[in-house]
Amino acid sequence: MTRIILVVSSGALFGLGLCVSQMVDPAKVLAFLDLTGDWDPSLALVMLGAVGVAAVGFPLVMTLPKPLFGGTFPAPSVSQMDGKLIFGALIFGIGWGVVGFCPGPAIASLVYGSPKSWLFLASMVGGMLAARPLLQRTSS
Amino acid sequence: MNIYNFTPASALLGGILIGLSAVLLVATNGKIAGISGIVREVLNPSAVKNIDWRFLFLMGLIGGSLFYRWLSGIENSISLEASWFAIIVGGALTGFGTAISGGCTSGHGVCGVARRSLRSFAATMGFMFTGVTTVFVLRHML
Repeated sequence: MTRIILVVSSGALFGLGLCVSQMVDPAKVLAFLDLTGDWDPSLALVMLGAVGVAAVGFPLVMTLPKPLFGGTFPAPSVSQMDGKLIFGALIFGIGWGVVGFCPGPAIASLVYGSPKSWLFLASMVGGMLAARPLLQRTSS
Repeated sequence: MNIYNFTPASALLGGILIGLSAVLLVATNGKIAGISGIVREVLNPSAVKNIDWRFLFLMGLIGGSLFYRWLSGIENSISLEASWFAIIVGGALTGFGTAISGGCTSGHGVCGVARRSLRSFAATMGFMFTGVTTVFVLRHML
C-alpha cells in the first residue's frame, strides 16, 4: 500500500511540476525554442531545477542497499554513442518544435480537455509502434 | 533577442518538483522517470515485469495536473496553436524519435543528464538543436 502511495505521489509531483512551471503549455515551450524571437528562458530554469535536485538526490538515495519496495537501482550509465540515439533525438526535436509538446506535458494537458491533446497522444503512440520493427531488427 | 514572459520563480519551483518526483521514484522501486519509456512499456505490457507501477505513475501524473487545475481555478491554461495536421505530424515524430532514441525530455533531459550520462547529454543536445531549428524555420523563414 505504501508503495502504491509513493508511486502515485511521484507521478503527481511530476504532473504538478509540469503545471506549476507551465511546461504543460506548448506556447511556453515554443517561446523557449524561439531563440531569435521573443525569447522565454523559463524552460532552462525548469531543467536546472529538475537536474539539480535529481543530481543531488539520486546518489543520496542510492546509498541505500536497495530501493524501498523491490527492484534494483539503475545500473551506472554507459557512455558509448550510437546512431539510433542521435537520429531518434533529432527526429524527436523536430516534433517538439512543430507542436511544443513532449510526452509528459502532452499527457498532463489532457486535464484541460483539448481534443488536440488526444490527437497528439494517439499520433505519438502510432509513431512508437512504427518504430518497433526498426528497434527489434537493430537490437538483435 | 528580447526576453519575454520569463517566469523564473515558478519555472524553478516546477523543476524542483519534477526532480523530487524522479528521486522519489528511484527510492521507491529503482525506476527512472522517463515518460516516453513508460508509455512504450504500457503499450507492450507482456515485454516487462511488474507493469503496475507505470499505470500508477501515469495516474498520478494526471491526478497532480487535475489538482493544479482545481487549485489554480483556471479552466484552461494552455494554448495549442498548431494545426490539426501539425499535431498529427508532431505527435508521430515525437513517438517515433523518442522510441528510437530511448528517451525524451524527462528520461534523457532530466534523469539521464542528472546521472551524468554522456548518451543522455548527447540526445538532449540533439533534440534541443532540432527543436530550436524547427521553430526558427517555421516562425522566421516560412
